[in-house]
Amino acid sequence: MSTPTLIDRFKTGLWYENPGLVQLLGLCPLLAVTSTFINGLGLGTATLSVMVVSNALVSSTRRWIRREIRIPIYVLIIASLVTCTELVFKAWFPALDRSLGIFIPLIVTNCAIVARAEIFASRNPIGASIIDGLVMGTGFALLLMAIGAFRELIGQGSIMARMDMLFGGEPMYGLVIVDGGFLLAILPPGAFISLGLFVAAKNALDRRRHQTNRPMTSNNLR
Amino acid sequence: MSDTPVLKSGITLAIIAAVCTSLVALTYQVTHERIAANEQAWLEQSLQPALSGLFFDSGVSESKVTIPAPHELPGSSDAVIYRVYSGDSPVAALFIVSARDGYAGAIRLLVGIDINGTVTGVHVLAHRETPGLGDRIESAKSNWVEQFSGRSLGDPVASGWKIKRDGGEFDQLTGASVTPRAIIKAIKETLIYFEANRVSVFAAAADGLEEVSE
Repeated sequence: MSTPTLIDRFKTGLWYENPGLVQLLGLCPLLAVTSTFINGLGLGTATLSVMVVSNALVSSTRRWIRREIRIPIYVLIIASLVTCTELVFKAWFPALDRSLGIFIPLIVTNCAIVARAEIFASRNPIGASIIDGLVMGTGFALLLMAIGAFRELIGQGSIMARMDMLFGGEPMYGLVIVDGGFLLAILPPGAFISLGLFVAAKNALDRRRHQTNRPMTSNNLR
Repeated sequence: MSDTPVLKSGITLAIIAAVCTSLVALTYQVTHERIAANEQAWLEQSLQPALSGLFFDSGVSESKVTIPAPHELPGSSDAVIYRVYSGDSPVAALFIVSARDGYAGAIRLLVGIDINGTVTGVHVLAHRETPGLGDRIESAKSNWVEQFSGRSLGDPVASGWKIKRDGGEFDQLTGASVTPRAIIKAIKETLIYFEANRVSVFAAAADGLEEVSE
């Protein structure tokens, strides 16, 4: 296999092997916090940064770590990074920290991060591992934001409410389309249904592309 | 393969643990002052809803008294009281208590009561109620909690401190009755406590002070 280009790597992380959409990893935070766009953005960014740094650390220590103890070491590294991330959130984004609550510490249990450490960072050089953390983390974060935006729009009728939690300033209520919304979307079942719709949409798009890539005949020319 | 893999692994683990712990300690050093300042700012901001319409001296947050559990106030966790003064005379007391019987765990409440026993304001500080149903107790989401301002133990009388569905005077929330019941009960219990301890609430020494100054 030839070495993939950066663009290929991004396509892989964001689409073909998206940790949330395809590998269905890290569903606990994904389902729990995506009730609004800003929550998705906050937890997505936190997960992304933990993933990049944990990949870097796992990759840089990979030569002198025996296979038998690699899992406790991943846990140590990831748990420390998450604790640091939590402190940073508490210091600079206190409102967002209160909104995400327990789900920042729970990034520790996000198996998407351990999966990247085990599958990729423990076998690849540091540069490639950082890029891997970046693309996989971005894929996960974008999915969190997309589902967050979708559920917020359906459930509350707003788009990007409370962006002040991340950027400071006066409370902002975003673009309110309808006041109030279809409650189911922001309740836990709405999370499952939304994720299901996203996965279905992705599969449908893939299938359609697969079909249009076939040699053109007069039949499928419209 | 080494002859003593266990020892080697142990040393590796210890080194990594030490490095990771230092990383966390360093981050704590950098952030802890900001975090403390944020918490103070959040506290002062969250006391505001119970202070509106009062004339008082600044420094409310220094008048904090922690009442360790168990106590007669609502909730099984420690309660906190901030005393509000104008000059030497007490103006109001702000109680931070927990309503025990929320739909999803305890609801942390701020209940402000002025010297005459009238509620100055109620504000929900923390809760885990259902989004879209019980979470309308938040002042950011609806004005439900405003109905308690100006009420007292005599207004309505004890039997009226219930939601309308239970024969009381207070509005319920559509689709959620457990949450309002819990909050109303907690406010009522706080009022009863204040009525019984009006003197000692203001006489108690603030946290970190040995005794009441003259």
